[in-house]
Amino acid sequence: MQTLPFQPEQASTIARSVDHLYFFLTAITLFFTALIFSVIFYFMIKYRRRSPDERPKAIEGSLPLEVLWTAIPTLIVAVIFVWSSTLYFRNSEPPKGSLEIFVTGKQWMWKAEHPEGQREINELHVPLGRPVKLTMTSEDVIHDFYVPAFRVKKDVLPGRYTSLWFEPTKLGRFHLFCAQYCGAFHAGMIGSIIVQEPDEYERWLAGGTPGESVEQAGEKVFQQSGCSTCHVAGGTGLAPSLLGVYGQAVHLTTGETVMADDAYVRESILLPRAKVVLGYKPIMPSFQGQLSEEQLNDVIAYIRALGQSQPKPKEEGKQ
Amino acid sequence: MSAATLEPRVHVGRNYLNADYGWKSWLFTLDHKRIALLYLVSITFFFIIGGSFAVLMRINLVEPQGAIVQPETYNKLFTLHGIVMIFFFLIPSIPAVLGNFLVPLMVGARDLAFPKLNLLSWYIYMAGGMFTLYSAIAGGVDTGWTFYTPYSSTYSNTQVTAVAIGVFITGFSSILTGLNFIVTIHKMRAPGLTWFRLPLFLWSMYATSVIMVLGTPVLAITIFLLALEHLFHVGIFSPALGGDPLLFQHLFWFYSHPAVYIMILPAMGVVSEIIACFARKRIFGYKIVAFSSVAIAVLGFLVWGHHMFVTGQSVYAGLIFSMLSFLVAIPSAIKVFNWTSTLYKGSISYEAPMLYALGFIGLFTMGGLTGLFLASLATDVHLNGTYFIVAHFHYIMVGGAVMGYLGGIHFWWPKISGRKYPNAWASLAAAIIFIGFNLTFFPQFILGYLGMPRRYAFYPAEFQVLNVMSSAGATVLGVGYLIPLIYLIWSMRYGPIAEPNPWGATGLEWKTSSPPPTENFAEIPVVREEAYAYAAEEAAGD
Repeated sequence: MQTLPFQPEQASTIARSVDHLYFFLTAITLFFTALIFSVIFYFMIKYRRRSPDERPKAIEGSLPLEVLWTAIPTLIVAVIFVWSSTLYFRNSEPPKGSLEIFVTGKQWMWKAEHPEGQREINELHVPLGRPVKLTMTSEDVIHDFYVPAFRVKKDVLPGRYTSLWFEPTKLGRFHLFCAQYCGAFHAGMIGSIIVQEPDEYERWLAGGTPGESVEQAGEKVFQQSGCSTCHVAGGTGLAPSLLGVYGQAVHLTTGETVMADDAYVRESILLPRAKVVLGYKPIMPSFQGQLSEEQLNDVIAYIRALGQSQPKPKEEGKQ
Repeated sequence: MSAATLEPRVHVGRNYLNADYGWKSWLFTLDHKRIALLYLVSITFFFIIGGSFAVLMRINLVEPQGAIVQPETYNKLFTLHGIVMIFFFLIPSIPAVLGNFLVPLMVGARDLAFPKLNLLSWYIYMAGGMFTLYSAIAGGVDTGWTFYTPYSSTYSNTQVTAVAIGVFITGFSSILTGLNFIVTIHKMRAPGLTWFRLPLFLWSMYATSVIMVLGTPVLAITIFLLALEHLFHVGIFSPALGGDPLLFQHLFWFYSHPAVYIMILPAMGVVSEIIACFARKRIFGYKIVAFSSVAIAVLGFLVWGHHMFVTGQSVYAGLIFSMLSFLVAIPSAIKVFNWTSTLYKGSISYEAPMLYALGFIGLFTMGGLTGLFLASLATDVHLNGTYFIVAHFHYIMVGGAVMGYLGGIHFWWPKISGRKYPNAWASLAAAIIFIGFNLTFFPQFILGYLGMPRRYAFYPAEFQVLNVMSSAGATVLGVGYLIPLIYLIWSMRYGPIAEPNPWGATGLEWKTSSPPPTENFAEIPVVREEAYAYAAEEAAGD
């Protein structure tokens, strides 16, 4: 794990493989720069003008050479493309069973919420050796979650969810930067990722304010915002029951079917008329501006839990 | 060369500079050469302004907590630096100054196709520039030159609309210039000047003009939509208003990536002219170099998504944009190999323009190769948004485009001004600029790899050493840029009189007097030879 001078720390499972590609690209760059520079210098000296009347013979060009120096760069970029894309593709999906943490960016701070309900600002505690998946959104402008030591980066957008994952391989404290310009104190939107031994992380989780879990917080929002008035279990209310909905296909008034995922549930809360469930009227009010991103996340987590705990009887959806 | 063009001495005494006097003769001129000089003065003014912003930024970054200005001020500095340098210096630099001066001369015409449109384009440019300067003084703008929404449309309380209008207006100047060049190159070539006899400068001007005409309207539309949202809260880009936060980036980069080629293609054209002249060689693989300009112009429109790899765009979109971005590297590589091969068995001399051109090849090669790191998905994730990007595009746009521009100014200065500048000073300046440039921007590659994000008014202390190195280099670079300003102005009055063709170059612009008469040529020349006929047997009839 020895790092070279001018090399950032490697503290995630993917860092080393990204660096290998980086070194390969650096080697290509150095090789061709040296090649071009030395050929130019050689020609500069060898073919320097020796008399003012010198008139060298014309050379039209050379098709074999043109083919050669089209083919070689093409081959090289093809290799880089396949290498980097494979790496990117492999790193794009978080492993199953990742620890899921919700992150909100806002001018100019990072807020994180652990599944057990612990919240922190500008710090993110994570356990060593376990994949962590972040689901992220922004309350205002576009931010970008960047941890150089992990070689991960993803924009954090208002009005939608993005995610990234990493598996820390080193204990310690690592820079978290906002890498998308977001206003006056963009440079101050920095924090730390704190990687701890799993048992230490557990102690940290327990030591925090023993609050409610994300789902419990979501249930509270669900009650207080009046969702439960219409979304009655059993489907007898004005709105569809939410038991067993999450993760299943939902039939809409338009005849389309959508998957009930985070994006769909979020849209249904903020823009309820965009997609109306078959058999129901578009009467739900919008909760845009009434719920914070964290409350939204809590409610979605609650609805997710409702979906998993009680599989829905099939006939209920068909009205 | 044809006999008709070889009597420059007939015009000695009368030329486009002394044909008329007084401010009206300049501000209402329809002569492409005088309009080129209007542009030269204007863009030099904007270069100095944009450069001053950069100086303040580099001073500020000497200390981790920010040495001289508040973060809000720093944000305005880098925003205005970008806007001024890109829209008011780099984009018009070679096309509007050298292109304006040379396109009619090189095709053997008396002026551009639409002289009045040409003058109008300068007025539009100045109107846009003044609007932007006014807003800079009236509070500035802090969105970054990229104007990303929803920060620019909803959250920034600086002069976003005024600056956007300034950039919007200036865009029309680009469109008119591009249009003028396209028509001129199509319709006004001298007898015998076929497409494959055109100097490569004209091929690259043509490719650039196509991008200007096709790309700039998209920028105008994007800015219009941005202003619509900023002023009237029409939901287009801001999710809070029901808009799409990434739509702006797609539209913006659809113009702004090709705009990179608006900046670099003209410089490539200049370099082709200079290399051929000072190696006394026809450009190796002329047709391939010409077509590679066209290939770059076309492919340049298909790669905008590589600015958005980390925005959460689909993995598959990322793969396609990555592949297309790698493809656009190939015609650039081909050009570098051909320029280098042009030197082979040449007769090379090292006057100042050649030093700039060779400097261009070196820096453009490094800029191009470091682009591979950013076209490659896995490494882009780490490097995007860091100083690596800043270093990369400065190698292309300053190391490439500005070196090309200065090379061109030095090459054609005797033609433009009718005077020669001191070659020793010019060579010294070229060396200082090359060294200063590398000292400034090379450390930024390392900063970026270490993870320092761009657009940071203050930064963690561990990045200080490299930042101080970069700022020190910027001092050298700044001195390098000041020297030509001094000796070129000096030469206008005190420089030795230039002969019509001081470098022994081919090309129609050298067949007329220095400076040329208002009508360019006494008689329209007839072309009977290929471009770059430097070789002994071809020059025999000359």
